[in-house]
Amino acid sequence: MTNSIREIPESAGFLVIGSNTTENHPVIGSMIKNEVVNKKKKLIVVDPRKIELAKFADFYFAIKPGTNIAILNGFMHVLIKEGLYNREFVEKRCEGFDELAKTLEKYTPEYVADICGIDNADDIVQAARLMAELKPMALYYSMGITQFMSGVNGVKSTANLQMLLGNMGVAGGGVNPLRGQNNVQGACDMGALPATYPAYIPVASDENKAKFEAAWGTQGMSTKPGLTLMEMMNAAHAGDVKAMYIMGENPVMSDPNQQHVIESLEHLDFLVVQDIFLTETARYADVVFPACAFIEKEGTATNTERRVQPMHRVLKPKDDVKDDWWIIMQIARRMGANWDYEEPKDIFKEIIAVTPSYAGITYKRIEEELIQWPCPTKEHPGTQILHKETFSRGKGLFTAIDYTPPFEETDREYPVILTTGRILEHFHSGTMTRNSKVLDETVPEGFVEMHPNDASNYNISDGELVAVSTRRGSIRIKAKILKRSKPNVVFIPFHFFESCANKLTVDCLDPVCKIPEYKVCSCKIEKISA
Amino acid sequence: MEKITLTIDGKEVTGIAGQTIMEVARENGFHIPHLCYHPKLSKTGACRLCIVRINNTMLKASCTEPVVSDMKVITEDEGIKSIRKWLLGLILMEGDHNCLYCDADGDCQLQAYVKTYEVEQSKEDFPVIEREIDYITSNAIKRNENRCILCGRCVRACKEIQVSNVWGLCERGSSTHLIADDDKKIGESTCVKCGTCVQYCPTGALTFQPVLGKGPNWELKKESSICIYCGVGCKIDFYTNKEGLLVKTMGHEDGPNDGHLCVKGRFGFDFVQSPKRLTKPLIKKEGQFQEVGWNEALDFVAQKLSAAKEQFGPDSIAGLSSAKCTNEENYVMQKFMRSVIGTNNIDHCARL
Ligand code: SF4
Ligand code: SF4
Ligand code: SF4
Repeated sequence: MTNSIREIPESAGFLVIGSNTTENHPVIGSMIKNEVVNKKKKLIVVDPRKIELAKFADFYFAIKPGTNIAILNGFMHVLIKEGLYNREFVEKRCEGFDELAKTLEKYTPEYVADICGIDNADDIVQAARLMAELKPMALYYSMGITQFMSGVNGVKSTANLQMLLGNMGVAGGGVNPLRGQNNVQGACDMGALPATYPAYIPVASDENKAKFEAAWGTQGMSTKPGLTLMEMMNAAHAGDVKAMYIMGENPVMSDPNQQHVIESLEHLDFLVVQDIFLTETARYADVVFPACAFIEKEGTATNTERRVQPMHRVLKPKDDVKDDWWIIMQIARRMGANWDYEEPKDIFKEIIAVTPSYAGITYKRIEEELIQWPCPTKEHPGTQILHKETFSRGKGLFTAIDYTPPFEETDREYPVILTTGRILEHFHSGTMTRNSKVLDETVPEGFVEMHPNDASNYNISDGELVAVSTRRGSIRIKAKILKRSKPNVVFIPFHFFESCANKLTVDCLDPVCKIPEYKVCSCKIEKISA
Repeated sequence: MEKITLTIDGKEVTGIAGQTIMEVARENGFHIPHLCYHPKLSKTGACRLCIVRINNTMLKASCTEPVVSDMKVITEDEGIKSIRKWLLGLILMEGDHNCLYCDADGDCQLQAYVKTYEVEQSKEDFPVIEREIDYITSNAIKRNENRCILCGRCVRACKEIQVSNVWGLCERGSSTHLIADDDKKIGESTCVKCGTCVQYCPTGALTFQPVLGKGPNWELKKESSICIYCGVGCKIDFYTNKEGLLVKTMGHEDGPNDGHLCVKGRFGFDFVQSPKRLTKPLIKKEGQFQEVGWNEALDFVAQKLSAAKEQFGPDSIAGLSSAKCTNEENYVMQKFMRSVIGTNNIDHCARL
């Protein structure tokens, strides 16, 4: 997030796009709801499903899955055409406006309404006018923007809009992505990415390599950017990757196109999995290490607003259950490294030495203070709002982006749009939530959510077992009939191995950041006759 | 912001215009007894326990009364004391406050005040209206309205923090009572089980269903950590009992969550103590997993990875780190892949 959670009361209004906030980030969802319901702030919601927030929205756009960029372009078209954008901000702090304006010319409300499947084009105009009045408006988004082939462009479009409105660098404004897991931010900051060291320092540089070799007392590191998760799976499938070491992830359940992932893991010569349960992925391993669960650990995690927070050991792990860092260190030592961390604190000291944005953070400080990176020195209070005076690159760059349709369009054989996602009570592959009583009892099984029109077309009743198939696979799952998605769009949560949504999804990737296109593919629904 | 100077119990303090006496008193370390007041909720001045004497004359509810320059506030004198005692006595009469059977025993604001003010149950025969007891319809929340003091905190917590508007007070006078939605059982209502109303209930009228462990409140140990289920990163206080079992969780007021939690942060942690947890390293031998010692497993992995590196080069090895692991663990994992293996084939599930 460019801004902070505690600024929510300072926003005059909100645009929530591609985020089912009250289910996936419920605490932030409630904070936004409080502003809107109890304090009459404005709310614009864009989401294919009629999520809870949509009920309180001044404008709700039930767009066709995968058409975020078109509607964002539509809003911007109106802002520019009616001269409602923040001219001063754009002139002083941004560049690339002319090109953006040119690209936006064709995104008239009618054109956009047609792409997005919205009935009332005039609502786009009204909503854009409202946005211009909200000083400031905060934009929140989540996987509903990123999990598309065009995900990176979707993210850039949100930035375009907020720059155009002059909502960057001000309290209560900003572009605020909500991260799906508690330490996505930290994992990225720490360099658990194929192309960057900690603090996003590129690996493809001899100078950076030399710097890290010196810091780590080693030689022979690589300047070649590595493979992303999906590329690793493909390389394993092709036999180029021979061994894998997986810590705390369950790709068999969470990656798209399950069959392909399983084959890839089977092709490996050697697989090590380190986890708390014998997960679906661990079953394919040669060695499985039992690791501590998060409340058995000490360390730090960085939340979606860049706040670095301490985690304490609440429960003592069983004797033969070990910390993840300890296990890695033991292997490293056996392979010739001279690491000797005694506790997470020792690791953190090394982190701040090589990560400039964390340099001023200590275990002691985060016990007492609220610190958000960048925090370059011990005296620095941390950074609540990014891009206050300037953007990281100087001027904010508008990126002219055209709408591109999703990879898989519906056809006669697969006429229905399938989207996937999470529900309030569960998390990811379900390993944790389905082993927690209250959550498991509340929602014990998967379902396919469909509109009553579709249900009657296929002659399906609520709770009936149906078959949902795509080009990749087929599952049996109970129908839940609800006026939430539009007709011809169905939704399946991906937490349940018995009815695994990722047997169905496509594994085509965003060309830049390689996010699988989870949110949309084409399927067919069939009644299972008794 | 206009500064205001006043005295509380003879000590000069300053506040800001618009603040209440309660707020300024708390900031300056004074404790004024209260039941319906909570700093995170709107103020109603309903319980009257927080009355203070102003300028040696009037009695006012300190949770709603704004501070005024040169005001003299007395937080307790003999008169106030006897009123508080009388108010507490009334509350005790109206309900069934037997702490022996109550989950809130030892963690109850009413109990604490009753002890402080040495209140005893009245001997008078007071008509007690039997109210709803519901320990079964919800797997998250237990409800015993006979312990409810009608402070309305749960109503405000659900309306202002969770914003689900489940609870409401209905009817008036002695028949006032609490209902969920339009008079449904809590387990059949629109409650999303965030548990916030329980966290803010000052008595044992609302309590959590037990998850794993049990034990009296004074034996529980508290430690904070960060929720694992989403990027909000809610700070949670975990309570464990003498046996080391998890009993309950409370939203920490200094976290990004401001005291709030969702159902996952509230009830999502019994998996940690699940019997299905892995407890020993496993090596697959002839298609079957076998438990082995740490040294054997570690030696084997080190040898296999070294061999792959030797034979096929560092880029034949790939590592997946985890967005559920700590910064320290992610750092060590990428350092391992880069400096020990010699490849940049390291990623995690950020995109998923
Ligand atoms: S648990 Fe949450 S949703 Fe349910 S009644 Fe209490 S505050 Fe409302
Ligand atoms: S249930 Fe608890 S919080 Fe709600 S009114 Fe009764 S005593 Fe107050
Ligand atoms: S308690 Fe809920 S909102 Fe808070 S971090 Fe956990 S999952 Fe997210």
